[in-house]
Amino acid sequence: MAGDDKKQDPTASEGVPDQANRVAPPERQYPEPKAELKRKVAAEPPTTGHVWDGIREYDNPMPRWWLWTFYICIAWAVIYWILYPAWPMVSQATPGLLGSSTRGDVAREIADFETRNEPWFERLNATPVAALREEDDLERFAVQAGAAVFAAQCSQCHGAGAQGVQAGGFPSLLDDQWLWGGTLEEIHHTIRHGVRNEDDPEARWSEMPAFGADGILDGDEIEQVVEYVLAMSGQSHDEDLAAMGAEVFEWNCAACHMDDGSGNTDLGAPALNNQIWQYGGDRDTIRHTIYYSRYGVMPAFAQRLREAEIRAVAVFVHQLGGGQ
Amino acid sequence: MSTTPEPQLYAAREPIFPRRVQGRFRNLKWVLMAVMLGIYYITPWIRWDRGPNLPDQAVLVDLANRRFFFFFVEIWPHEFYFVAGLLIMAGLGLFLFTSALGRVWCGYACPQTVWTDLFITVERWIEGDRNARVRLWRAPWGVHKARVYLTKWTVWLLIALATGGAWVFYFADAPTLLRDLLTFQAPPVAWITIAILTATTFFFGGFFREQICIYACPWPRIQAAMMDEDTLTIAYRDWRGEPRGKLRQGKLDPGQGDCIDCMACVNVCPMGIDIRDGQQLACITCGLCIDACDEVMDRIDKPRGLIGYLALSDETHEKAGKPAISAWRHVFRPRTVLYTVLWGGVGIGLIVLLLMRTDLDMSVAQVRNPLNVIMADGSVRNAYEVRIRNMHGEAREFTLALDAAVPMDIVLEGVPDLTVTVPADTMLNQRVYLIAPPDSPAASAQRTDVILRATEGISGQAIATQTLFNGRGN
Repeated sequence: MAGDDKKQDPTASEGVPDQANRVAPPERQYPEPKAELKRKVAAEPPTTGHVWDGIREYDNPMPRWWLWTFYICIAWAVIYWILYPAWPMVSQATPGLLGSSTRGDVAREIADFETRNEPWFERLNATPVAALREEDDLERFAVQAGAAVFAAQCSQCHGAGAQGVQAGGFPSLLDDQWLWGGTLEEIHHTIRHGVRNEDDPEARWSEMPAFGADGILDGDEIEQVVEYVLAMSGQSHDEDLAAMGAEVFEWNCAACHMDDGSGNTDLGAPALNNQIWQYGGDRDTIRHTIYYSRYGVMPAFAQRLREAEIRAVAVFVHQLGGGQ
Repeated sequence: MSTTPEPQLYAAREPIFPRRVQGRFRNLKWVLMAVMLGIYYITPWIRWDRGPNLPDQAVLVDLANRRFFFFFVEIWPHEFYFVAGLLIMAGLGLFLFTSALGRVWCGYACPQTVWTDLFITVERWIEGDRNARVRLWRAPWGVHKARVYLTKWTVWLLIALATGGAWVFYFADAPTLLRDLLTFQAPPVAWITIAILTATTFFFGGFFREQICIYACPWPRIQAAMMDEDTLTIAYRDWRGEPRGKLRQGKLDPGQGDCIDCMACVNVCPMGIDIRDGQQLACITCGLCIDACDEVMDRIDKPRGLIGYLALSDETHEKAGKPAISAWRHVFRPRTVLYTVLWGGVGIGLIVLLLMRTDLDMSVAQVRNPLNVIMADGSVRNAYEVRIRNMHGEAREFTLALDAAVPMDIVLEGVPDLTVTVPADTMLNQRVYLIAPPDSPAASAQRTDVILRATEGISGQAIATQTLFNGRGN
């Protein structure tokens, strides 16, 4: 049909609106229906009076099932207004007879999960920290729960993958070096009491002097000990300065970092003779660390989390690949 | 407008009271009904031994554990392509059957047809045949009518309850669920499912009947588009039957057609149509009008087949007085052969896949946050989440190993050696670390191809997956 139209009306295909040249499409001729078919047709329905290109619109009533669905929906809406929060008022919506509230639903769901987790939390609390990974089902629960707590409480500093952020001095929890020890019990203690905070008397605490800023070492001595630290971790360095730095290190640093630079987890002194650097292992960063010192802190999570949650996080951190 | 009376556009449903009929197609339908209802009700009760750790129900959709059991086949969610393949086969089967035999599904196999047929049969047992039912329908309400109707509805409801009740057995261990249902300890979802299916069966089979086919079902619309002039459908041979007319003194006039306008074909039709108007959307090709007409033709000594299966292309043929082309030649034509080949191809492909698949599967997902970890000694470590699926009725031990062209260590988190135990019919999540020694090729390179392999301890069955190792890239 469309093709026929185009042949009769060339202007239409060029998009020129010219009402005068419009040729009305031919009236379609339908064969008269057979008598026996015709008897089933009720009557010609009325039209709306609108005509488009000879097409008239029937004014058929709505299908009955549709109309009834519509009425039922209206009735449903009225019942809904009465039973559920519906009409917005000044301070809040009309509450509805059922007292339904989505906030209440969430609170109920949380409470429901809390109740279901409770036996697990009790088991976590009842198990010695060192033995938390010995029972398969308990470990699985602790890792799942710990992952959730980690994402909410720890990932801001230690990163979503627990890889740490060197620029901020937040240590990676994935590798095999630990500032304060990597056993379950040591990790648990660190999380519980935190690092260098005044809130918890049992917090991990150590403080490296600011050797430059406080005038303990002069500039030359700092340059020498920087070269010595570079030498310890196998990086390129100045042999002569490093040799002189050995003595400076022995007098000023070895008490905490040990003679061979292997560090001391009791004091939170990191190893300097390996490839892991909390703040960075290049010459400038090492010099900055020695001159001004570092003062990394971590909150005491005993004040923020439940004991069972702390234990769960400890298990989660322990199974990230560095646990001892 | 106001002077002309408003035409009544709503055509209220005219109740249909199909008359009893006997014949070839009716017998075929009885057999098919028995077979299909039998399959539906009996299947959940068939037992199939799969060992102590797996359910012993032959056909079971275990939604809670995400498993589908079908006799010797167990489908896991990651093997859903089998179901997709079955759906493709169902689609091609629809093309095949529709192009060859028209709406044969609607007429013989559709649950709506089968259950409606069953409900009509019950109605006939209780109320009598067509005339008795029409009389009762027109009779004013009274004790007798109420009693008969209530009896009918009760029997319908029981059938509906059995229908909905049987459905839930496909989703749980049937004997256990039956006991729970009888002692009212079954889960709410079972009751709700039974209630919904009972209600739909009761109303669809008892009251909506042909309206489902005519108004609700998309099938007639789709199928009409798939028929062609060779498709066998049911037709009235009007060149033989017309002009129709009553018998005069038990004889046909010479100028009269074979149709004696006895309305037998209309009275037996469960869809309430007149097949003599021609093939139409409401015809489900159930074949009952053929039986009814053949019976009449026998009685007036005329050849059978005034109404019969006929292809459109035969019409001109037969009108010209030539014999009809054989039904086989209508059925076997390039189009249907092509559908059969495609259908069979997908089917064979699925069977081959089914026979080739192992009861062991492993997937390796690399931990990418961070890509790698530098260890204290300068070695580089990558982590992988390895999933081992033991699709077997017994727990099995697997030893993990690494295939790499360069030196590299493999360590499992929380496992002292490289052997893990995967319980029966479960998936194990195990983190695996690969460690490249300091300054080794893999530690320095950007990426190294490695292969992780899991080997079963006793049978030696193995599965390998290729993955990548991310080095420092310097």
